[in-house]
Amino acid sequence: MSTETISQLDVDRTRGDFHYPEQHTFDAGVGLSHATIDYIADVKNEPDWIREFRHKALDVFESKPMPTNWASKDLDNIHFDKIRYYLANAQRPTRSWDEVPDDVKRTFERLGIPEQERKFLAGVEAQFDSEAVYSNMKKALGDQGVIFVGSTDGLKDHPEIFRKWFGKVIPTGDNKFSALNSAVFSGGSFIYVPPGVKLKHPLQAYFRINAENFGQFERTLIIADEGSEVMYMEGCTAPKFETATLHSAVVELVALKGAKIQYVTVQNWSANVFNLVTKRAVAHEEAEVKWIDCNIGSRLTMKYPGVVLKGRKARGEVLSIALANNGQHQDTGAKMIHAADETTSNVISKSISIGEGRASYRGQVHIPKHLKGCKNNTECDALLINSTSRTDTYPAITVRGSGNSVQHEASVSQVSAEQIFYMQQRGLSEAQAMSLSVNGFVNDLVREFPMEYSVELKRLIDLEMEGSVG
Amino acid sequence: MSLVIHNLHARVVGGQEILRGLNLEIEKGRVHAIMGPNGSGKSTLSKIIAGHPDYEVTGGEVLLDGVNILGMEPDARSRAGLFLAFQYPVEIPGVSNANFIRAALQARLAAGEELEATEYYGDLYKEMDRLEIPRGFTARSVNEGFSGGEKKRNEVLQMAMLKPSYAILDETDSGLDIDALKIVAAGVNAQRGPNIGMLVITHYQRLLDYIVPDVVHVLVGGRIVRTAGPELAYELESKGYDWIKDELEAAATA
Repeated sequence: MSTETISQLDVDRTRGDFHYPEQHTFDAGVGLSHATIDYIADVKNEPDWIREFRHKALDVFESKPMPTNWASKDLDNIHFDKIRYYLANAQRPTRSWDEVPDDVKRTFERLGIPEQERKFLAGVEAQFDSEAVYSNMKKALGDQGVIFVGSTDGLKDHPEIFRKWFGKVIPTGDNKFSALNSAVFSGGSFIYVPPGVKLKHPLQAYFRINAENFGQFERTLIIADEGSEVMYMEGCTAPKFETATLHSAVVELVALKGAKIQYVTVQNWSANVFNLVTKRAVAHEEAEVKWIDCNIGSRLTMKYPGVVLKGRKARGEVLSIALANNGQHQDTGAKMIHAADETTSNVISKSISIGEGRASYRGQVHIPKHLKGCKNNTECDALLINSTSRTDTYPAITVRGSGNSVQHEASVSQVSAEQIFYMQQRGLSEAQAMSLSVNGFVNDLVREFPMEYSVELKRLIDLEMEGSVG
Repeated sequence: MSLVIHNLHARVVGGQEILRGLNLEIEKGRVHAIMGPNGSGKSTLSKIIAGHPDYEVTGGEVLLDGVNILGMEPDARSRAGLFLAFQYPVEIPGVSNANFIRAALQARLAAGEELEATEYYGDLYKEMDRLEIPRGFTARSVNEGFSGGEKKRNEVLQMAMLKPSYAILDETDSGLDIDALKIVAAGVNAQRGPNIGMLVITHYQRLLDYIVPDVVHVLVGGRIVRTAGPELAYELESKGYDWIKDELEAAATA
């Protein structure tokens, strides 16, 4: 790996911690009401069915209690009446970086996005606060019928596909935050890959929060038609503000017969962000869905990517890494809902807790009695760096019937003082030694990741460890 | 040029004194051996010189080519040229041997300098061949699932790659069968020369048949109580350590 490649992927915390002054043409103001929703629907000039969908979702959101009975009480510190729900400058993303306003363009240049696009991406969408400012895809893909646009354009320009799947994988009422997203969503990606089309290069979306007291609610819907293949990568950053910022996305994936979707997330939120995301896929017959999820940063992340294995021989996989530093709680996991014979699922989760950081794993595996030949493998390993670090595991496995098999392994380990001393004796500083241990801990998992992201992840881990030794 | 240990006093943090005024000078180009009964402070000495956080120095100094290293972090001591071959090498899951040694070498370069990969692997393979280590070793995690012999060979390999000015080999013979011992000793002997001073710590004379020291010291009760040529090791082997203890007691009561 050349140093040039490493620097182009350099999306570290210090790099993300900057912002330019805001000037928004469209601003829904502070707080959430039916008027906010009308403002968003008006500005986006949306069809009536979406406006109604949003209004209903707001009612659902308001009727649902905070899930503090099982989740972190820190959720009570989100003040929905103090958040701004929609901020944008324009309604349509441009197809050329030259047309992106200078200050916004500067932001993405600092994050290295245009450069990555030139090097290895098939298409890029860059979202700045509520709307995509840039969206482009290699022409050859468009000629093959591939659609890669923002959710706003998707619902307007491709209603026949959009409407069929939108909100079907994750219904509005799935949870309080999916309801919130359904009420105020804006941005995110809409992707359709036609039958048999296999994308060689990934599509990438970059989500950037720039404004303070803001909520980003992107909505992503990916449909891979029969026998098609697509890899989607998302990156996320925000500057560090004193006040809380909310990121609450909904991501729905549909893999039709024999299709393959790989969804890769490397989030690097600043420590003031509540990151509450619902991600789920439906895998039809012989389809394959793989979630690769790296959670670094944020104040509280709650995210449990899932796959509903709906067709015979469908496969689902979640590979996740969570790194919880001081003041952070990574509450992550996976859901595997087996709903057809001979479906298989694999969950491998690695978490690292540093200082007073806390990592929780919640896993749900469901295999009903009438199914045959289903298999699940779950491994979750936690690494504690300090004696004040914390990890918890909450597995919920319901496997019935005799023709199915499930395997669950969990481990907790600690970086020992002897390990650090040994590495220091060879000349590595304490921080380098910690970093090497942590990278070693996640190594077998990172090998499964696309090369570009494994390099970035290693850099992010190094940065976190540097700051944690003192 | 030498590693000088002068009137060293040390103890387990908050515990009993283990080293009680230890003096020793290891010159470059020479091999010293320290022998001693269990509990005499042999392994403690190696850890204290390397800067293990479980111990505290209560007096004296350790000078590496004139520089007192006692205030330095363990990694700074290593980069200053000190190497410790561990009695019990530590496992580092998920970190390959090749990456580990590379990181250790990289840590010795100035900021912005990159280790040249081709050259590095060339050196590594050469040293591995010398120690009869198969190529597949580079991809295995550091010491994980290694046999005793593999662990000790790995220590000697790391020493060869890091090229220290002073190396302490702590009970490098423990856990080795005779064939493994010969290979490890050959690896150590190949590194002997005018640019390195070695301190070989061992309980048994056996190792010293293969790594022949210039000087042999006996450590009892946290002090060097006798220093002589290699013949001292044979005397200890035939008479045991009690003989020295008895002599010491006799001298003390006389």
